[in-house]
Amino acid sequence: MKSAAFAYVLAKNISDATSALARHGESAALIAGGQSLVPMLNLRVAVPELLVDIASLEELKENGSNLASHRLGALTTHADIEDGKVSDPFGGLLRKVASGISYRAVRNYGTVGGSVALADPAADWPVCLLALGAEVRIAGGKGSRLQPMDSFLRGQYTTALGHDEIILGFDIPRDRAGIRWGFSKVVRKSGAFSSSIAVAIQRGADGPAAVALGAAGPRPYLLPTTAARIGRGETSEGSLREAIAKDLAACVPDEDAYLQRLHTSTVLRAVREMPRP
Amino acid sequence: MTDHAADGWIGASLLRKEDARHLYGHGMFIADVQLPEVQDIAFVRSQMASARVRGIKKPADASGQVFTLSDIQPVNILEAGPELAAHRHSPYPPLADDRVRYVGQTIAACLMPTRAQAEDLADKVEVDLEEMPAVVDVVAAMRPDSPRVFHDWPSNAYISTSVVEGKPESLAAAPIRLRRRLRLNRQATVSLEGRGALAYWDYRLDELVVYLSTQGGQVKRLALSRMLNIPEHKVRVIAPDVGGGFGGKNRIMPEDIAVAAIALKVGHPVRWIEDRREHLLASPHARDHTYDLTISAERDGTLLGLEGDIYIDAGAYALWPTGAFQEASMASRNLTGPYRMRHLKLNAYTVATNKAPMGPYRGVARPGATFAIERLVDEVARELGREPVDLRRQNAVTAAELPYRTAAGLKLDTGDYIAALDIARDKIDLPAIRKRQAAGESDGRKIGVGFAFYTEQSGHGTVEFMKRKFRVIPGYESANARMLPDGSVLIYVGVQNHGQGHETSLAQIAAHELGINPAQISVRYGDTAIGPYGFGTFASRSIVFAGGAVGKAARSLAQKIQRIGAHLLQTDIASTRIGDGMVHGPSGKVGFSEIAFAANARPDQLPTGMDPLLDAIATYEPADSGGVFAYGTHAVVVAVEPDSGVVELLDYVVSEDCGTMINPMIVDGQVQGGIAQGIGTALYEEIPYDELGQPLATTFADYMVPCAPEIPTVRIEHIVTPALTTEYGVKGLGEGGAIAPPAAIANAVADAFRDVGASFNETPLTPRRVSEEVAAARRKKEGGA
Repeated sequence: MKSAAFAYVLAKNISDATSALARHGESAALIAGGQSLVPMLNLRVAVPELLVDIASLEELKENGSNLASHRLGALTTHADIEDGKVSDPFGGLLRKVASGISYRAVRNYGTVGGSVALADPAADWPVCLLALGAEVRIAGGKGSRLQPMDSFLRGQYTTALGHDEIILGFDIPRDRAGIRWGFSKVVRKSGAFSSSIAVAIQRGADGPAAVALGAAGPRPYLLPTTAARIGRGETSEGSLREAIAKDLAACVPDEDAYLQRLHTSTVLRAVREMPRP
Repeated sequence: MTDHAADGWIGASLLRKEDARHLYGHGMFIADVQLPEVQDIAFVRSQMASARVRGIKKPADASGQVFTLSDIQPVNILEAGPELAAHRHSPYPPLADDRVRYVGQTIAACLMPTRAQAEDLADKVEVDLEEMPAVVDVVAAMRPDSPRVFHDWPSNAYISTSVVEGKPESLAAAPIRLRRRLRLNRQATVSLEGRGALAYWDYRLDELVVYLSTQGGQVKRLALSRMLNIPEHKVRVIAPDVGGGFGGKNRIMPEDIAVAAIALKVGHPVRWIEDRREHLLASPHARDHTYDLTISAERDGTLLGLEGDIYIDAGAYALWPTGAFQEASMASRNLTGPYRMRHLKLNAYTVATNKAPMGPYRGVARPGATFAIERLVDEVARELGREPVDLRRQNAVTAAELPYRTAAGLKLDTGDYIAALDIARDKIDLPAIRKRQAAGESDGRKIGVGFAFYTEQSGHGTVEFMKRKFRVIPGYESANARMLPDGSVLIYVGVQNHGQGHETSLAQIAAHELGINPAQISVRYGDTAIGPYGFGTFASRSIVFAGGAVGKAARSLAQKIQRIGAHLLQTDIASTRIGDGMVHGPSGKVGFSEIAFAANARPDQLPTGMDPLLDAIATYEPADSGGVFAYGTHAVVVAVEPDSGVVELLDYVVSEDCGTMINPMIVDGQVQGGIAQGIGTALYEEIPYDELGQPLATTFADYMVPCAPEIPTVRIEHIVTPALTTEYGVKGLGEGGAIAPPAAIANAVADAFRDVGASFNETPLTPRRVSEEVAAARRKKEGGA
């Protein structure tokens, strides 16, 4: 398991990176933390001719908040969030999610942007940022743009990112009243990708709620019926089970009986873990 | 940790001598061996489970760097498997001939300065395979219309055997008869360090040097010599630090032979370092037992007997020397556990399939047999509404009945099995768990408690391995003890330390015999050029065999030391004693350094006629070569979430008896480590194959190995009943930890759902399997009600 040979360029600025991508097309790959890409290189599942290293781009490390929005830089590592080195204005949700990703050795290098760009359906950040209603900040040869997570995530390992585009970071809407959240995932063992992962949030005591489910189908999904019940305070187990069933039938109708039970229990647990308003 | 026990070195929890180098990163594993001009090998492996090899096309510019079977001749293929005419021969070439029989089988070897370049070259070798029907399911493989792994075999069985004892025909009338299908799925052995081989011709010594990550170099030398037609004195096998073996490094493998054969063709060192994908694809696979058994019992709980079939999915080839037959023979003979059941009728099939060949793995066969019998005992207990631990107490052989010959012919020797059950029951606090279960859990999970009893045969030699029809009978071990002129001691042994702490525990035994500090003793092994003959480390044999041999050799040194000491003290030997590194006489003492200097460098000071040197070699086999039996009870508490099927281990208790403990800290480490692997079998590890014979877990993303967070701290209680037939009363205990967990954990999960009658008879108990069984049992109960 050793990588095939590839060329390597260390991007000094964003246009370095986007122009290298534009020149080499599909045969180039971006590398940030490398925690997914390097194993794929070694297994020769990924065989790029060129690696464009974006790990030193300062623009991708921008973190900070204003009252309306929190900006999370794409190069922020899971460990930076876990250790509180970047702020988490979402009541500890980001920290909770970060601290449960894979192993610490992976968290030291792995980045939020890399996780979202890879779009593994079982990854933690896509489902979390989807629940939080984040927008993806994207730079490309034709300039920058913003795209909501829901339309950015297309399918298994597939996103709306153009081949000459890179993720700069994420803008996550904030609420003055704060958010309540619950997070639940089932993993076969510590460090493994999830078999089922759910994030439930509510903005303010009686504000809008959102529930996102991952590792179910090709990409994470929002569960609108369940979210609406939470928003209305209809959180009896029976009511939630009914809502979850409706949502699962809509987004992952082909999951078998076990997976329906599994996802239902994950979502239920995420909702139960939300502190009472 | 204590420095030494109150009464000497046996029983001292001495810190391990080998740990410092590993903690500092100073270990020397095979990939650490630096040799000039070494080149790396990458293998081209079969991507089909069963195919005819129509052609292998080497890249035009790579002549001399790509080797196929014809390029490494002459190579003799040795018949592997038990020495039984009924066992069918499965010739296993180091590189494929005109057939491949499993995904991962070696087809060609590519040699380049680096492994990455070798993999580049391997990608360019074109192999033309014509796919043939694959044999995947072990039970279906035995149907007459199944395709054959070997076309000229009458069935896919390497061998079929049966055990009939007592009057099994009487069982049909038994009031309780429960039939269950039980299965342990296929696993890899997952040593931390994978396999590896590095070979070169040493022109100065005129010999082939083969570094192997192996559990026993002497037997590998024998194989390499025969396979490559080189006399043994011109083959040297060196095992440096070996990062775990667990059985998986105790067979001669195609890669070993190919690397050595290629070294003979090229003028420089060549090596192959197994990567994890290769390990999961093509290292010896393990477990993969299927049982279809009926247990019979009286209404009062008396267990009567077992009938049924055992299928061992042994994969595509038998590995030299002994293949996988011992799985069937040991499973059959261990199925009665510690119980007084006298009627047996078992058919065992060792079956060829288009999967990687099976090898031994910590526990060999007994995790399967223990899983089967201990699950069945719990099923009977549930049928009768009995507490499972009580049913065990009722049927287990008592201390007064030992030694006891089981229905299948194992002679259980010493101990107190009932005490082991009682200690585990009390330590896990059964009444408290029953109370907690009655109260229920606020989070909706279900609590269960499970017990499993096991025995672990060890110290077995000639008699036992003749029963298993081994080609090489590991009936003894040898040790060479040598005292140097300054009184320090070198001990050479034929066993191979691959994590067991031999450098420490064997030094403690020698220290005990010689009356010196273990710090003055070095234990050496792992090089056929310096070690005495021996069979290596497996079957929990080292402390019994090598420990006994070291004891004998050290005693022989001690006797000569005492004679020389008495001579130097000008006194009669009967008036002297040995202690604290000195020979003490009635009116004086003389140190070992003075005695050893005389023995080695001042023959003029020796008694007249005495040969110089303090150098003794001893061989050892216990008086009863049928083996001694360590035993114990595992008790575990689980919490299970029925919808997700996730199992959490809340508590884990072991009561065990391995006789005298040389180093109790090492014993505890073996128990804890074995249980970690047993938990892997119970809950995590599995290599599924699809219907075409493609393995579905070829990286650690798919093959789940438990890590530290999954392993509870095990609470261990020791019972010490010294063995009667071994030196110091020791019993081997390396495997016991891995034997009982699948049974104990499955029993605990079943206990959690005993109200709905769910039964968990297949490992690993993945969340899906658990949840589906609970759902099915609930549906059945609702349907029936």
